[in-house]
Amino acid sequence: MSFNIENYFSDQSNGNIILFYKGNVDSDVINHVLDTVEDKMVEVNEQSRFRKKVYNVLVESLQNLYHHVDRVPEDFEDQAFEKYGLLVVKKVEGGYKIVTGNFVLTENKEKLEEKIKRINRSSHEEIKELYKFILNRQRISAKGGGGLGLVDIARKTGNKLEYAFKEYNDKYSFFYLDILVNKEN
Amino acid sequence: MEPIIIEGTPKTPTVKFDSTEGVFEIKGRSIPENSVEFYKPLVDWLDSYKESPLTKTVVNIRLEYFNTSSSKCILDVLKKLEAIHKAKNEVEVNWYYEEDDEDMLEAGEDYESIIRVPFKMIEIVE
Repeated sequence: MSFNIENYFSDQSNGNIILFYKGNVDSDVINHVLDTVEDKMVEVNEQSRFRKKVYNVLVESLQNLYHHVDRVPEDFEDQAFEKYGLLVVKKVEGGYKIVTGNFVLTENKEKLEEKIKRINRSSHEEIKELYKFILNRQRISAKGGGGLGLVDIARKTGNKLEYAFKEYNDKYSFFYLDILVNKEN
Repeated sequence: MEPIIIEGTPKTPTVKFDSTEGVFEIKGRSIPENSVEFYKPLVDWLDSYKESPLTKTVVNIRLEYFNTSSSKCILDVLKKLEAIHKAKNEVEVNWYYEEDDEDMLEAGEDYESIIRVPFKMIEIVE
């Protein structure tokens, strides 16, 4: 059986896809994605406040990919890129879905999952406190991330972080993060 | 001291730090991938300014967006201002947020709770 990173979306047919991207996540790609989605939201007259929220969450999702992806597995079809990621932005009822995907080394999987579980267990107040704690106590890592991206996404959306790990081989998993930004929150 | 004047870009803010005026400004979007690279000169500049600041320093922060990596750098900027304040100089931070932008207001309140400098939250009404 071959591994297809897009399989995740086959049972997720609801919603209009505004943007689908897979490939290298560099600064130019990030700019382009942000501009495209921002223009699209202006075009459909989303409220400025909501537009900002979606934009913010999109920035964090993309920069999470930029700062944190692990190298692609040696036998993966696409070897050309150093920061390989997948991004889908969909319009759904009441808001937008932002789905990202990237390879994670098995040794890093547990730590990431722990972090997400901790966020998902927390109340909104606890997430605010966690944000402030990390903001004040942790330095920016060698990879350039501040360790705040996921916390910020959970805080701004008010939603749980949905996620999945699909095993690629014994060294790698593919990690999907499924974010809902809706107007109620 | 040479002032710092930086034009804004879609990813980095407009900055005006002028030691002769005592009103500093950070304005626009701050979402660079490498925020340390952008903010380090500002933090270093404030470090020098701290040696002989004006008796009153006002800082206007008027951001439309900022990413989490900038949020740490903004804290570093504010910590320098806190040190100036602690040395018995007047320092005031004006934190602007657009009408209804609760996320930006909350972000300002986060800093206000961490940094011991007087903050004013100013709503921009269109």
